[in-house]
Amino acid sequence: MSDAATAPELLTTADGRPLKSALAHAQARNKRRAFYLVLPLLLFVVITFLIPIGQLLTKSVYNTGFYSWKDRDAGVSIPLMVELREWFDETPADAEPDEAAFAALVAGLVHARETKSIGQIGTRINYEVSGSRSMFTKSARKAKDLVPPYKEALLEVDEDWGDPELWGAMRNASKVVTLDFYLSALDRTRNADGDIVKVDEERAVYVLLFKRTLVMSALITFLTFLLGFPVAHLLATLPLRHSNLLMIFVLLPFWTSLLVRTTSWIVLLQSQGVVNDIWVSLGLISDESRLQMIYNQTGTIIAMTHILLPFMVLPLYSVMRPIDPSYVRAARSLGATSWTAFRRIYMPQTIPGIGAGGLLVFILAVGYYITPALVGGSTGQLISNLIAFHMQNSLNWSLAAALASLLLFAVLLLYWLYDRLIGIDNLKLG
Amino acid sequence: MALPTYATPLERVWYYTYRTLCAAIFLFLIAPILIVIPLSFNAEPYFTFTEKMLSFDPTGYSTRWYDLLLTFGMGKPDAVRDAAWWSDVWQNAAWVNAAKNSVIIGFFSTLLATFLGTLAALGLSRPEMPFRRVIMAILISPMIVPIIITATGLFFFYSATGLANTYLGIIMAHATLGIPFVIITVTATLVGFDKTLNQAAASLGANPTTTFFKITMPLILPGVISGALFAFVTSFDEVVVVLFVAAHDQQTIPRQMWNGIREQISPAILSVATILVIVSIALLTTVELLRRRSERLRGISPG
Repeated sequence: MSDAATAPELLTTADGRPLKSALAHAQARNKRRAFYLVLPLLLFVVITFLIPIGQLLTKSVYNTGFYSWKDRDAGVSIPLMVELREWFDETPADAEPDEAAFAALVAGLVHARETKSIGQIGTRINYEVSGSRSMFTKSARKAKDLVPPYKEALLEVDEDWGDPELWGAMRNASKVVTLDFYLSALDRTRNADGDIVKVDEERAVYVLLFKRTLVMSALITFLTFLLGFPVAHLLATLPLRHSNLLMIFVLLPFWTSLLVRTTSWIVLLQSQGVVNDIWVSLGLISDESRLQMIYNQTGTIIAMTHILLPFMVLPLYSVMRPIDPSYVRAARSLGATSWTAFRRIYMPQTIPGIGAGGLLVFILAVGYYITPALVGGSTGQLISNLIAFHMQNSLNWSLAAALASLLLFAVLLLYWLYDRLIGIDNLKLG
Repeated sequence: MALPTYATPLERVWYYTYRTLCAAIFLFLIAPILIVIPLSFNAEPYFTFTEKMLSFDPTGYSTRWYDLLLTFGMGKPDAVRDAAWWSDVWQNAAWVNAAKNSVIIGFFSTLLATFLGTLAALGLSRPEMPFRRVIMAILISPMIVPIIITATGLFFFYSATGLANTYLGIIMAHATLGIPFVIITVTATLVGFDKTLNQAAASLGANPTTTFFKITMPLILPGVISGALFAFVTSFDEVVVVLFVAAHDQQTIPRQMWNGIREQISPAILSVATILVIVSIALLTTVELLRRRSERLRGISPG
């Protein structure tokens, strides 16, 4: 009894466990419970979003076009161009293709024709050396009847087989994991010696398009700011009754289908459209010199500014609404002109809103696809449209994946910045 | 911000200039959306107001483009409009089928997104939630990552797993795209949620399930419904993923519109656009009413 009175007694719960461990246990349980609520969605998003993005990234560095062929009927992978790949492995990068190399190539072509995989091989090399796809199919058709010496025989079929650039491309393609698609996406290529060089002026499109995307997105962000700031300010300073009503003008476009808004702009801006008609009837322009405002850069900029404007107004509004008007009044009473009061007192308080709206609009603009595709013509296309082109038309999926990955990195960087500066918790809709 | 009495003449001029400027910007925002409504009643296949329309001549207006929405793709569009004609419309009309697909995909993806999203939002707004910031960033990212990237990734993934050309594939993809909206709206509702209400319910003997359905659910319901509407609109307006992963015959309204705009734009597109504008007005009204209800429930003054 006396012991218990002197020694500090361990606090316990009713069932005799130490309080500290019981508390830790309860907290861990609460943590687990919260996590279990999120877990189903997290798994779902991993499957439908993260894994696909991962596959996209893989595709950008991994291409088996020259390596193996998936036989869909038998469900097996057949290795391709085995002899030629062995020859590449044994020889240094700048080796002249000799008779052994040509023999290996012919064997590969015969095998490819038998397995019907020649189209895939030709397409893979065609990414690097344009025009080579038909050369592969043509030569594969004749390969079975060729007799040694193979070098002369193959050059007889098509003299381009002696092209060192082609051999360099085949050597590159023989590796499954490659960064070559990133090189292409940055307008770089490997020459016959394997050095990285810029591609010809007329073939360099991607860097230009990345630049155009960034410049146009910046311009659109600036325009939305220019138009959004006065509107947000008006909405924030009017009594709620009125501003709620005017808010409809911002929210209705926000809720209206993107395709509807894009269609409207086509209708408004085309040369026989409403805007041109009004200007002609006002006598501002003559009927012959109707302005071309759609299917070019102007069309993309106007339509995207309209579509993204709510994303600027809403964050600005939510920052401006709580700003206390008495600060500006105090400045005025101390002798500041209304311009000075606005510039020195009001404007600095809106910076978080400008940052949030600007970043959000910029992030969304950089990846825009639908509107440029429909109203952009040839000069108003953005990088997304080129990704779609390579996915659907040229079928160079690895290049599309490389371009998409570069765009993804840029967007994730901006997203990280947004989370740092503003916090995604503060993202608000309407 | 009424004009103060001490305003200088310059400030007065600026005040009215500013108001005019704002009016012009509001016009810029709303005009493109409203312009399609009168134009969709054009009797001629033009995209501008004809002389007759401007002089309000009734013959300048017609509902032929709305009629075309029903008859396009039908077996016998010129037959007598009896029950058989209407069943032909229901079976074969291209726009009606597209609408059916859009509604089916929209409904199931919304259901999935709302259920999973609400559950996750409940977890995310608990203070004990571990790795909250990272998980939130991941769950919101489908809204931030450009749609073309998501569509490309899904194309690779679905081709490899056999989900391409299936309804399940599209529904899952659309649910993913709608989830960020559900999370944002539901967490926003939960921010002002008074946790003592749950404790009160528990102290009165309610088990967690009863507490959730009787106390939490009714209070967060406006946010959940708003989120669901956002998710539905996202799916209903989504075209890129459908273009990339859907089968050729899986037409939806946006896909049909996309094709229509790319090939040759006809005023029939404007009649669809008008219908969609009316739908969005209805949705906006619903969300606005829900928001007010939610504010009232939580005791925030509506002003």
